[in-house]
Amino acid sequence: MAEATTGSRGWRTDLAAYRAVLGSRIEAQRSYRVSFAVDLASSLLVGVVELAEVLVLYRTVDRIGGLDLAQILLVFGLADFCFSLADLSFGHCDRMPTYVRAGTLDVLYLRPQPLLLQLVTSDISLRRLARAAVGLIALVAGLALSDVPWSIGAVLLIGIALVSGYVTFAASFVSAAGLQFFVINGAEMTNAYVYGGRYAASQPASVWGRPLKVIFGFFFPMAFTAYLPVVTLLDLPGSDFLPQWLGWCAPVAALWSVLFAALCWRAGVRHYQGGGG
Amino acid sequence: MNWIIETRGLTREFRVRDGFQRRRIQAVTDLDLRVRPGEAVGYIGANGAGKSTTIKMLTGILVPTSGSARTCGREPVRERRQLAREIGVVFGQRSQLWWDLPVRDSFRLLAAIHGLAADRAKSRRDQLIERLEIGEFLTTPVRQLSLGQRMRAEVAAAMLHSPRLVILDEPTIGLDVLSKQRLREFLIAERREQGTTLMLTTHDTGDVERLCDRILVVDRGRLAYDGTLAGLSRTVGAQRVLVVDLDRPTPDLVGIPDTRHLGSEGDGLRQELAFDSEATTAAQVLAAVTAHAEVIDLAVREPDIEDVVRRIYAASRTDS
Repeated sequence: MAEATTGSRGWRTDLAAYRAVLGSRIEAQRSYRVSFAVDLASSLLVGVVELAEVLVLYRTVDRIGGLDLAQILLVFGLADFCFSLADLSFGHCDRMPTYVRAGTLDVLYLRPQPLLLQLVTSDISLRRLARAAVGLIALVAGLALSDVPWSIGAVLLIGIALVSGYVTFAASFVSAAGLQFFVINGAEMTNAYVYGGRYAASQPASVWGRPLKVIFGFFFPMAFTAYLPVVTLLDLPGSDFLPQWLGWCAPVAALWSVLFAALCWRAGVRHYQGGGG
Repeated sequence: MNWIIETRGLTREFRVRDGFQRRRIQAVTDLDLRVRPGEAVGYIGANGAGKSTTIKMLTGILVPTSGSARTCGREPVRERRQLAREIGVVFGQRSQLWWDLPVRDSFRLLAAIHGLAADRAKSRRDQLIERLEIGEFLTTPVRQLSLGQRMRAEVAAAMLHSPRLVILDEPTIGLDVLSKQRLREFLIAERREQGTTLMLTTHDTGDVERLCDRILVVDRGRLAYDGTLAGLSRTVGAQRVLVVDLDRPTPDLVGIPDTRHLGSEGDGLRQELAFDSEATTAAQVLAAVTAHAEVIDLAVREPDIEDVVRRIYAASRTDS
């Protein structure tokens, strides 16, 4: 009865629950081998095409926004690697409207874990590993080809950029999920900043106009995920609004993204309890 | 008294957009419910009467617009996570199983989610598998199950953690007679042995007759009746019907005490007599009929729950 299910086990129990569910998702994806292989391949193709886009652009020009090919590879690699990992672990959050319609969300309400943690750990898209591999290759190539002044500081900066970038992108998936409570057909709107953000993140922010710098530089701080850390790392001149030293502030941007995501999610859940049916 | 469900003035409004205007719709209005631990309550009403909204408020999915609810002594929204360990909910239309996994794996995951100790989880799981006859499809992925099989698996999933209160929303919808029967027998046994409180919404007269000792009828978000099924039929004057097949054509049986002749077929080979359970019994009516003609076959038609609800609605409409 009840005494068997309540008690002082707290987060350990919850952790075991998340692990069990995630483990089963991985198992399920591995058990459909052909389908998984096709998924991996198509995901890889998308990653390669996006990388090719950058390479093609640089056949006609030497520099865009002050960055040469090796440097833009670094920006692209950093952004794409972080985004792919975030997509792998948080990407299914943008299926919120489907979850609401199918009643999946109601089922999560009936389980003794926090809603958001349940949602995040309810699935994992292993096929995005292929995408992450493309990002990682671009990142390593960028690091090898650019003139990186290697030091402890440089390694630290790259580490900070990777973690902050992952957190920033993950937060953008969560805020999108929160906002989709308000507009059930809002995926179009939230895709604009989740996937538009990813695209923006892999570009040199120096070429943006001011409005774009405000939106993707600060409000959705995509410039902090790759461009700014690279500018700081390689000691390149910053640009208007985006001075070089901001590269060290990636964790602040990540923190702001998390805060914004938490607000969106809370508001979304309140709204669901207030308006769903 | 420690009520397992207690609501006071529970009200829920929805705002809906109607063209350019916003309208408010009251799904549940000023609902006062009290359910004792161990009771089996049928929560009856037409579609859109407010049943699901009530259940969502009792389980912490929806916030009441006003009034209060306590389930298992807890405030559902604020204490949702603790409450989840004490209640089991089956929504007939939505699944809590993992569609691409075998049933067995869903049970394993739910045991982890509820943090059940391994030995306890195993003995409970085995008990449920046996009683709901799940063994034969335990290793089948959920998406390949028939409706009846899936429903039994759903019920087992909701009861794996031995909840004190089980809420079932249309548990027998779409099931064949045998599946319904099995499910009802299981619920009866579970209630008898564990003292589980049951609350179910249904359109099925059989569910109500077999499972519930108390009926709540909700009409446009308000409680329209609270009492037993017999009392409900009595209140609205719903009658049982005795259908008899006679051995030879017989004139209409109009003189049988406490009955009303509803009609005859085949020159009076088959006749229908309505009677009130309060005034007489099926046996007495049958005895009286036998005095007129030889009965070769018979059936008793119970008042249909939909019909009873319609009558309740009609009565409350005339009152207001």
